[in-house]
Amino acid sequence: MTSATAEASHPVTVEKKFMQQVMVNTPGETHLEMCIQCGSCGGSCPSAAEMDHTPRSLIALIRAGNFEEVLSSNTPWYCVSCYYCTVRCPQEIHITDVMYTLKRMAVHAGIKDPCAAPDFSKTFVSWVENYGRAFELGLMSMFRLRHDPLGVLRITDMAVGMVSKGRMDLAPKSIKGLKSLKAIIARAKALEVVA
Amino acid sequence: MKYGYFPGCSLERNAAAYDKSARAVAEPLGMEFVEVEDWNCCGATEYISLNLLASYALSARNLAQAVRTDGLGELVAPCSACYLNLTKCDKSMRESPSLAAKVNEALAAGGLSYKPGSMRVRHLLDVIVNDIGFEALRAKVTRPLTGLKVAPFYGCFVARPGYVQFDDTEFPVTLDRLLQALGAEVVDFPLKAQCCGGHMTQISEGMGLEMIRRLVKTADDRGADLIVTICPMCQLNLDAFQGAMNRHFGLNLHVPVLYFTQMMGLAFGLDQAALGIGSELVSSRAALAAIGATPEGEAGGPPKRVKKDDKALPMPAPLMRA
Repeated sequence: MTSATAEASHPVTVEKKFMQQVMVNTPGETHLEMCIQCGSCGGSCPSAAEMDHTPRSLIALIRAGNFEEVLSSNTPWYCVSCYYCTVRCPQEIHITDVMYTLKRMAVHAGIKDPCAAPDFSKTFVSWVENYGRAFELGLMSMFRLRHDPLGVLRITDMAVGMVSKGRMDLAPKSIKGLKSLKAIIARAKALEVVA
Repeated sequence: MKYGYFPGCSLERNAAAYDKSARAVAEPLGMEFVEVEDWNCCGATEYISLNLLASYALSARNLAQAVRTDGLGELVAPCSACYLNLTKCDKSMRESPSLAAKVNEALAAGGLSYKPGSMRVRHLLDVIVNDIGFEALRAKVTRPLTGLKVAPFYGCFVARPGYVQFDDTEFPVTLDRLLQALGAEVVDFPLKAQCCGGHMTQISEGMGLEMIRRLVKTADDRGADLIVTICPMCQLNLDAFQGAMNRHFGLNLHVPVLYFTQMMGLAFGLDQAALGIGSELVSSRAALAAIGATPEGEAGGPPKRVKKDDKALPMPAPLMRA
């Protein structure tokens, strides 16, 4: 990001560079430059009402090179990943995958979390990296206690119901090949390049 | 027919009823499931939000394990999120040799490798509808679900994004037709391919509960006795959070949510206990009693316990049935 700031006197370069970065970090062909600003994405989005920018306006901001506004937006984090925008986009832009890219870029750039979602992802991933499997009770209780301690009360009946019906493990389970999984993840992270 | 089987974390515990009922209906339909050895979490929607390559490596390890387990070439995933991640990983690796090379470089650290395209990942609904077929299903029905009104709910990952396309992205119909083959009456459910909200109840509670409200309320408005789902995340949201949703909006909805495999088992005349029926938090007992389906050892008739007030905290289920 610092190099982008240094180039601020050449706005055209900055604009293009940020859009290129987003596309390079997204697998497959993502034609952000082809967006016609029709708004089919936002109109299809079940969570757009909570977003500070609709997907359409976020794409406009990406093309304008406004990376600070884009990366600190809550929009990617409120994406529920339902892929309606992606299948409805007349320009075949992989909008859901762009949202994932923006989340990774925001975390990589050390942007302050715009909502609780990044920490939820981090907590989920930490269980997977340490045990090889998800652990719902641990995830929900750790996350809730950090972000909404009183909210624990609101889901207590649900948690009690789930435990009494045998639907929630009280302790995490580990896979047998954990050592090999950890080695795979470590190598993948070392190979990962965020442009 | 023999298939590799990828249960995923949800089916191991919170959606054990889905796992149980899938395995229970497989036998009469002549399907054999070989569980992938020592599989790991698919990463859901969380891992790819933080690390791209590690999330692909996570799925690729599962695909490599599936090849190693039996080399059948066909892998069935009942969970829509696992299905999406596994198909997405395979497709991305097929389309980008450079990505495939990097993923394999990561896998090599764990002594594994995966050749893109060597596993065909399919959702359980796809396999039952397209390999078994409606005629064969109809032939197994001994207790038709006649008179039961059901809202078929597909959620998002199976209808979209179409890495493996077996139904329409906007208006899927395979589950509708399956339920009709079992004798149920399928109500017109316009939100059937909408999103259940995924992890939103945790991140933005009001929004998560609103997404649940839309679905449950619409199913109720359309006269559905039950919502039938094909995904553990959808079941968890619509069932386990229905009480919280009712409290949040001052509603009193009671729409049980069962898996399509449980409906199949009921129509095949299997024991309710063998299908995990009763583990849902919004009880299906009254809805099923209406078609004369009651838990084993119980005479037909009205349900024993009727909740007086949905706003009261749901009590833990009795440990032993009288």
